[in-house]
Amino acid sequence: MLEIISGLVIPLIVLAVIVYGIKKKVDIYDVFIEGAKESFELVLTIFPYILGMMFAINLFLNTNILFNITTFLKPFFDYINMPVEVLPMALMRPISGNSSLALLNNLLSTYGPDSLIGRIGSVIQGSNDTTLYVLTLYFGSVGVKKIRYALWAGLLSDLCGIIISVIVVNLLF
Amino acid sequence: MINKLWGFFIIIGIVVGILSNQIDSINREMLNSAKVSLDMVLQIFPVLALWLGIMNIAKTAGVIKKFAEFLSPLLGKLFPEIPKNHEALGYIASNIIVNMFGLGSAATPVGLKGMRLLNELNDRKDEASRSMITFLVINTSGVTIVPTTIISLRMLHGSSKPTEIVLACVVATVISTFCAIIIDKIFARRNKKCLK
Repeated sequence: MLEIISGLVIPLIVLAVIVYGIKKKVDIYDVFIEGAKESFELVLTIFPYILGMMFAINLFLNTNILFNITTFLKPFFDYINMPVEVLPMALMRPISGNSSLALLNNLLSTYGPDSLIGRIGSVIQGSNDTTLYVLTLYFGSVGVKKIRYALWAGLLSDLCGIIISVIVVNLLF
Repeated sequence: MINKLWGFFIIIGIVVGILSNQIDSINREMLNSAKVSLDMVLQIFPVLALWLGIMNIAKTAGVIKKFAEFLSPLLGKLFPEIPKNHEALGYIASNIIVNMFGLGSAATPVGLKGMRLLNELNDRKDEASRSMITFLVINTSGVTIVPTTIISLRMLHGSSKPTEIVLACVVATVISTFCAIIIDKIFARRNKKCLK
């Protein structure tokens, strides 16, 4: 059921836009081409930013340092009833979406999707976004260099998001 | 700030990598990251083109403006510096709505366009404005209501109820977005004081 609905959302949005455009007598094809052209410039702008960020992040993650931090933070996470196994994935979440998804995949196959660990991991992945990537992409696309407090605000919100996910899963299940 | 973080990641990566005897993988990762980022950009390129085209129709037909008007009581509070019913608010509203459905690929182009319009209102072009940071923080806190990827991943691993996490995700995402907005407001206020 859910699959059918989520499969229908995009086609219906496109349909609605096209029908409404015709109703408002927009030259839909010309306007579409004009809009699509903007993507060239956008892609060229964001590439160097993505490259820079991926370069640094990949070198950093290569050291496995994130897994060492886990042992260090264990007491705190025991305190809020968060299984320490989820921690590497949670720490990875704001840095790299693909890596945290890969780690979630590991968690689900090791502990099972219906375990506490599986549920917490799923909710953390689902209710947060990759802060570093979004920051690079969004600010990079407009050429902003001074990001002021954006990173701190973003990471602090991620920390809150992770803690909230753990609390919510503990309460609901 | 971002300069320091970037340097920090690279220095730690190389120094710790050498000390823990991972020289081969350092070399591999360096070249690999260039390839991975090109792949990423090539992946979003067509999606970007498609959605910027569709959204341009929506904009010309006046849908974006309608969204802005509809959500303006709420968005006006979140973005006090943006003029009422400005086009940027329309894109922000659409971005948030599309994100809720878990359609990240469609949300990103809309969000980027919104960010671009926010920067047009910005006095100092190379510095993020308060509204730009608010928009970013809302986005990074993740407003997804239907996490399609995770549901399919859970199915793959034989979950008895793959969708049981949806409610938890909704609750968590709403609370954490709320927290993100509060955190952003606190930072913005502190920053204002510092500037004075």
